[in-house]
Amino acid sequence: MKAVYLDNNATTRVDDEVVQAMLPYFTEQFGNPSSMHSFGNQVGLALKKARQSIQKLIGAEHDSEIIFTSCGTESDTTAILSAIRAQPERKTIITTTVEHPAVLGLCDHLASEGYTVHKLKVDKCGRLNLDEYASLLSDDVVIVSVMWANNETGTFFPVEQMALMADEAGVMFHTDAVQAVGKIALDLQHSSIHMLSLSGHKLHAPKGIGVLYLRRGTRFRPLLRGGHQERGRRAGTENTASIVGLGVAAERALQFMAHENTHVRRLRDKLEAAVLAAVPYAFVTGDPGNRLPNTSNIAFEYIEGEAILLLLNKVGIAASSGSACTSGSLEPSHVMRAMDIPYTAAHGTVRFSLSRYTTDAEIDHVIREVPGIVAKLRKLSPYWSGNGPAAENDQGFAPVYA
Amino acid sequence: MWDYSEKVKEHFYNPRNAGAVDSSNATGDVGSLSCGDALRLTLKVDVKTDIILDAGFQTFGCGSAIASSSALTEMVKGLTLDEALKISNQDIADYLDGLPPEKMHCSVMGREALRAAVADFRGEAPEADHEEGALVCKCFAVDEVMVRDTIRANGLSSVEDVTNYTKAGGGCSSCHEGIERILVEELAARGEAFVAAPTRARVGKKAQLVVLEMPVAEVAGTEPSAAPMAAAPVKLGTLQRIRRIEAVLDAIRPNLQRDHGDVELLDVDGKNVYVKLSGACTGCQLASMTLGGIQQRLMEELGEFIKVVPLNSAEQLKAMEV
Repeated sequence: MKAVYLDNNATTRVDDEVVQAMLPYFTEQFGNPSSMHSFGNQVGLALKKARQSIQKLIGAEHDSEIIFTSCGTESDTTAILSAIRAQPERKTIITTTVEHPAVLGLCDHLASEGYTVHKLKVDKCGRLNLDEYASLLSDDVVIVSVMWANNETGTFFPVEQMALMADEAGVMFHTDAVQAVGKIALDLQHSSIHMLSLSGHKLHAPKGIGVLYLRRGTRFRPLLRGGHQERGRRAGTENTASIVGLGVAAERALQFMAHENTHVRRLRDKLEAAVLAAVPYAFVTGDPGNRLPNTSNIAFEYIEGEAILLLLNKVGIAASSGSACTSGSLEPSHVMRAMDIPYTAAHGTVRFSLSRYTTDAEIDHVIREVPGIVAKLRKLSPYWSGNGPAAENDQGFAPVYA
Repeated sequence: MWDYSEKVKEHFYNPRNAGAVDSSNATGDVGSLSCGDALRLTLKVDVKTDIILDAGFQTFGCGSAIASSSALTEMVKGLTLDEALKISNQDIADYLDGLPPEKMHCSVMGREALRAAVADFRGEAPEADHEEGALVCKCFAVDEVMVRDTIRANGLSSVEDVTNYTKAGGGCSSCHEGIERILVEELAARGEAFVAAPTRARVGKKAQLVVLEMPVAEVAGTEPSAAPMAAAPVKLGTLQRIRRIEAVLDAIRPNLQRDHGDVELLDVDGKNVYVKLSGACTGCQLASMTLGGIQQRLMEELGEFIKVVPLNSAEQLKAMEV
């Protein structure tokens, strides 16, 4: 069996049509779009077309609201630092405990420089308390940054409602929609969202290209200055081939939008139901009724995620884990911690993220392999004894912690 | 994916001695709350001879935690308890042909389980061990607890101090921001303010060379000279010269071996001294500093200009001669 790739929330395979569309921009269409001559002119037109494709995908009102960046992290950083520089009198940031490190890392850094950062807590299903949010909105809030869909669990936040609340309070609202764009239909022109980040490589475009959506009229301060590119809002020569690729990827994502929400969702549900039926002491993390159609995050209690991934990899299955050991840090995933998942389960979370390339045969393969792998590792685990947790069999394991 | 050695993978895919030992008489349960790994080691010890007859493990942890546990059980079987206690976490890592720096704590856990099991057998209370924190320096696997303890114990106040005492920050230097953050907190706690040294491109290099200078006096059979470079160089015969070079390398060698590295003399051709760095020195980000230190030392010892040339193997040397 060919390798089964179920780590599409980490990155995706570049669509063949995207690659084909990009190739001429490395060779005959190598011009700088800023140039006056014909070499550059064609490229400039291609960028315009790509911009319109992305405008359509996210339902923006104007194509000039699309700013090309190098990645999702740059888009997030540009949005937050822009809000801060444009409103120096405001000193409070609202975000959530489960954001991507691109946002959390920057917010923690800003906290060390004197900003007050409120991280909204989530409940055991990864849901926010909007009353808490409403009570924090004030004239001192410089920006609210809340992700559209969580990268680990796929859980949606009600960003459109939160943006509306922020807008009514006169507060800028940014959303990191890196996981949502291309998987669910968006309609930004009818929302109150001021800024939105997206990343090409999560929707079958190449790595190294991202977009910041900037609603017309939103006060803005560029991160990179010194060039007229992107109307002076992001200086630096355009990554033309990748922009063209992202444009095609946006068109393809619209074509596959129904497929993603029917076929892919069915495969995800099939995988999840079969694994949960076959493996005891396993549960889905996040909010199963309100999440991305392609993501399933399952906690396998009493075993550790990296060990699961290594054994899955051996049988040709690629997934990812929220365990501490896969990240190189000592802490399990901050998302699992925020949802108050116990250590022995948080370390054993495995994220399966599907794509439009995922097939029934692949899912069947995973369904066959997972129960044996979990059983093998549980046999090694001191928390496990026979057919259940050691604690229930009266041989509780309570190690001395260093 | 981690860069695991073949041996780590082998022990993970086919763990030895998994499960509890039947009729065991020593159990060590340890866990690391911070990283979530936990290990139960069971031993069957011969009551008369203190020899470990059998060992088994149960591990909740990642690939390298399971491999470290498996390696540990293989290593201790047949040893007396006192012999087993001499096994260090570095020995466990060496047995597995090395572990990634972020994973060294897995071998530490193995060692702690062993101590806990021996304490259990002897009816002693298990001793508390070094608490581990988040990894600060990846080049030398130094964690935050170690950095803070060292700053407090020695009243350190600069990144350079921290590097000199713990090695943290002595490699790629990307952790300097993190070390500064710790210094700011630790200095604030003792009522001082952190002041960064002015940034100069050359200063670091000079300072690092000074660190590597070694006492000249201990080299076999030579009197320390008051002004080594100024004294008129005595023209040495070839054999004599090579012996002097080897004596210098022998004097340096213990320092390298302490860090699991080594150096070997391949050839001497005029001013060029060809050496081979091995063990942990290969691929070490500080290898060029080490070579610089060796070169400096040779020049001082021989009183002439020497160029130390690193080669990977004797074959490479042959290739050069053609």
